[in-house]
Amino acid sequence: MMNSEPAPAPPPPPDPAIEARGLTVVRGDRTVLRGLDFTVRPGRITGLLGPSGCGKTTLMRAVVGTQAKVTGRLDVLGRPAGDPALRPRIGYVTQAPSVYTDLTVRQNLDYFAAVLHPGRAHRDARRDAVARAIGDVDLTSHADALAGALSGGQRSRVSLAVALLGTPDLLVLDEPTVGLDPVLRRGLWDLFHRLAADRSTALLISSHVMDEAERCHRLLLMREGRILAEDTPEALRDRTGAETVEDAFLHLVDAAAPRTEEAPR
Amino acid sequence: MTATAGRVLRQLAHDPRTIALLVIVPVLLITLLRYVFDGAAGTFDSIGASLLGIFPLITMFLVTSIATLRERTSGTLERLLSLPLGKGGLIGGYALAFGAVAVVQSALATAVSVWLLGLDVAGSPWLLLLVALLDALLGTALGLFVSAFAASEFQAVQFMPAVIFPQLLLCGLFTPREAMHPVLEAISNVLPMSYAVDGMNQVLHHTGVTGDFVRDVVVVAGSALLVLCLGAVTLRRRTP
Repeated sequence: MMNSEPAPAPPPPPDPAIEARGLTVVRGDRTVLRGLDFTVRPGRITGLLGPSGCGKTTLMRAVVGTQAKVTGRLDVLGRPAGDPALRPRIGYVTQAPSVYTDLTVRQNLDYFAAVLHPGRAHRDARRDAVARAIGDVDLTSHADALAGALSGGQRSRVSLAVALLGTPDLLVLDEPTVGLDPVLRRGLWDLFHRLAADRSTALLISSHVMDEAERCHRLLLMREGRILAEDTPEALRDRTGAETVEDAFLHLVDAAAPRTEEAPR
Repeated sequence: MTATAGRVLRQLAHDPRTIALLVIVPVLLITLLRYVFDGAAGTFDSIGASLLGIFPLITMFLVTSIATLRERTSGTLERLLSLPLGKGGLIGGYALAFGAVAVVQSALATAVSVWLLGLDVAGSPWLLLLVALLDALLGTALGLFVSAFAASEFQAVQFMPAVIFPQLLLCGLFTPREAMHPVLEAISNVLPMSYAVDGMNQVLHHTGVTGDFVRDVVVVAGSALLVLCLGAVTLRRRTP
């Protein structure tokens, strides 16, 4: 799927899916995000990478509109983050699967579909959307199993299926491939690329596994509430002369903190 | 709202033991009470009628506080609030679902009390059922509200004695409220369970619908509605 890169001379870039200027978030007495600037484009997979605790989840919650004490400018799909009109247009998958463990896979999706498109008139459309979402995450054979009886990886795919229900314009996925085997991971990344290519969905995907970075169109490298770099994986490697994104990240970390690490190495 | 109610009932349907406990325990307790007061039919009448109002309140309080706490801790609440779902729809759905369970629970307990255990009610058993249903809604509302202040199931369960027991002691079940110390009586005057129990006793002693009964019903329903609104305020789309 990456062979199509580089894309033919692109038309003028469409409006960004997410645009942040000076995004700052305070939690308790701690400033978790410190004046971030970044852009996420539609039809592109943007990887959000950085060590645990660097603020990835907080950034995602701010985008989705569930984070309190957000300052600076944060526009999502042309509206300020958290705008009620955005709710049906964003799919959000939290790190821990947020589904009802005492319902079957299908019952979970039926319910969230009914929340998205209530009313009898949409019943057929809902049934199709549910069947498609279950198929997208490859759980058709488990559709009538209780979510609580599934393995951790399967349950997180149910959570992902819920986010796919409404054909969202923006998908925000917090570590969606943690705990999945390589075959499933490849399957999901293929799905993400299909969503970006076919539906022009913007995807913001966090990970602390750097090898997944190579699968993204663009990367945001984060550390301690700041963005170290925003670029394509190739450009990051070239710029730092590193073999892998992981090495590029480490290079940038060292370069960004010269004063605190003056000690001989 | 109906989607949420349906979902809550579907969750319950996967948990037959909870359903059995919800439906059977009140019947067993009221039967036990009948034989505890075997020699004093009048005592069974007044305490039995009161308990028919108190059971649904307590069970729905427990069930709702745990259910909504699970919703908060499992992340499904955050997910729901990031979807186009009104808070009223969510809370209304819970009230509707547990109200339906309360109808079944109260209908069975009332029917067994009146027809099998010989509970002597002057008024219509339907009015008993109405008060029981409103009590259940009040329990649901209180449970929903309290779950916002509980960080774990342990805390949520401890809220039961904290919120329900004072009302139980002051509602007139153990001593007539008029006979209490004026301060306690004044407190009991502002606790909704006092009106729930009084409503039951009105039906017990009067054939028709009395003015006091109407007041009781209005107070219990109003309290339930008020607490439901307070519960809605505790659902925040943005959290720290």
